[in-house]
Amino acid sequence: MTSGRQRWLGPAMFLPAVVYVIALVGVPFVLAFLYSVGDVKVGSLGYHFVGLKNFASVLRNPTFLRALRNSFLFTISSQVLVLIGANVLALVLKDAFRGRRLLRFLILLPWVAPVSIGSIGWKWILDSLYSVINWVLVRFHLVKPFSAPMWLGEPKLAMISVILVHTWHMLPFATVIILAGWTAIPRDIPEAAAVDGAGFFRRLFQIQIPMMLPIMNVAVLFGAIFTFTDMTVIYILTRGGPYDTTQVLPSMAFFTGILGGDLAEGAAISIFLVPLLVLVAWLMLRTAHRSEIA
Amino acid sequence: MMAVGMRARRLGGRMLHWMVLATFCTLLAFPFYWMLITSFKSTRDLYDLKNNPFIFNESPTLEHLRLLFRETLFLRWLGNTAFAGLVVVVITLVLAVPAAYALARLTGRWGGRVGIGIFLTYLVPPTLLFIPLSRIVAWLGLQDTLWAVIVVYPSFTIPFSTWLLMGFFKSIPAELEDAAMVDGLTRFQAFLKLVIPISVSGILTVVIFTFTLVSQEFVYALTFISSAAHQTVGVGVPVYLVRGDVYYWGSLMAACLVASLPIAVLYNLFLDRFIAGFTVGSVK
Repeated sequence: MTSGRQRWLGPAMFLPAVVYVIALVGVPFVLAFLYSVGDVKVGSLGYHFVGLKNFASVLRNPTFLRALRNSFLFTISSQVLVLIGANVLALVLKDAFRGRRLLRFLILLPWVAPVSIGSIGWKWILDSLYSVINWVLVRFHLVKPFSAPMWLGEPKLAMISVILVHTWHMLPFATVIILAGWTAIPRDIPEAAAVDGAGFFRRLFQIQIPMMLPIMNVAVLFGAIFTFTDMTVIYILTRGGPYDTTQVLPSMAFFTGILGGDLAEGAAISIFLVPLLVLVAWLMLRTAHRSEIA
Repeated sequence: MMAVGMRARRLGGRMLHWMVLATFCTLLAFPFYWMLITSFKSTRDLYDLKNNPFIFNESPTLEHLRLLFRETLFLRWLGNTAFAGLVVVVITLVLAVPAAYALARLTGRWGGRVGIGIFLTYLVPPTLLFIPLSRIVAWLGLQDTLWAVIVVYPSFTIPFSTWLLMGFFKSIPAELEDAAMVDGLTRFQAFLKLVIPISVSGILTVVIFTFTLVSQEFVYALTFISSAAHQTVGVGVPVYLVRGDVYYWGSLMAACLVASLPIAVLYNLFLDRFIAGFTVGSVK
């Protein structure tokens, strides 16, 4: 009797959560694929299968090709910067010192404050007329007052700006993950190596970095996903402009599917996010599986 | 001679350490300092290019804060966010706490698999789901209401919370419930009367995270809600506080500061546990 009830208790306790998640993640996930091969528009209820027509139209669109390229540029360059910055920052933060808690709080601000709000702060810092950066540049005679850089108005500078602001936002997240890795390295191994005469850099490159690799994996995998699929910084700073030069896949899906009302084509654009998601999920499962065996 | 060399080297190392820290700190915290100083500067001072922007050239003013609280929807957005956060917390707890317990204790080996599966759904981004979800939200009759995001947000707070709580429940010795069940409690009673009370700190972590995730969310709120009055603070401030092309930078920066600091402080207190959710398996 008890065991019979027990058998039902488990599913009864976890099924509601699973159903909720399936209804609001699983169902729309499948719908995204159906939309991308259909003709759904805002305001019409019918659905006809149109095959790969949306994908063909998207692939002929030069803006889409630019967005695809930008997405990779945005993700790879910000993740490289994040990884370098986070390792340096973790190195100086890992040991206890006076004022560490306050400094840690200040350093974490870009991650713990809402990113849309941090970005609007940057919009003011990068303002075309009142940019404080430009004020400093002019003051030190590095640029002339009327030829100061338009950070968000010129295609190349705008791309650099959104990459740097996104790096600013993600850096603390990776730093904290890497710090967690540092505290998990047994202290006696590097110490024993030091006693045996290994110098700082030798210890760093031959012992500590190899031991840190799994945790850096975690930081990079999550960082890449959160960057590749995000549009907040770009939406707020440039709205994909000037002339769609900072458009990425998520922002383009938003402008096409939500604002433009072409649900089918928007869905087709966002489907291009899926391969990277699958790759990352597979890499994570592999890591998880390996640690289960070990 | 050697001792002097060592000491100089250590001093050099110390200076390098502080220089690196100071550089990062300045780069990372500067926008928040900038929000602070902008919030209290008079409008004339802000827009005079001859002024040094780093200092108050005229006396500080509370005008921007007054404008923000009196003449904008800012308080309304704060209220909306708090309300949405609260309801989402309740939904998340009701669904995630039992689910995590069941997956940690009652389902054996494949419970772990379901757990990983639930966690992976956390990776499916809003920017893939928002187009179909906008239709589902319309179908539910919730478009352009705060309830649209209240219904959708648990789709990412439940996975993360379940995952965090699973780890937490696994760390509680199973003998605790076994003993209680020998004493005549059912499994479910043991869960309610024993496990939940000693899990308060884990549950509190989930409450804080759900709340911060809600207040940080941008894409769904932007997609589903189109009237300013129904917005949350994360979209209201950056999108609706800008009237036409005119930016009221003073009030805007004041809004940024007021909206982000409490969230940042709360989040910071619990950050290490949040990170532990990501690093399970790769740190021993």
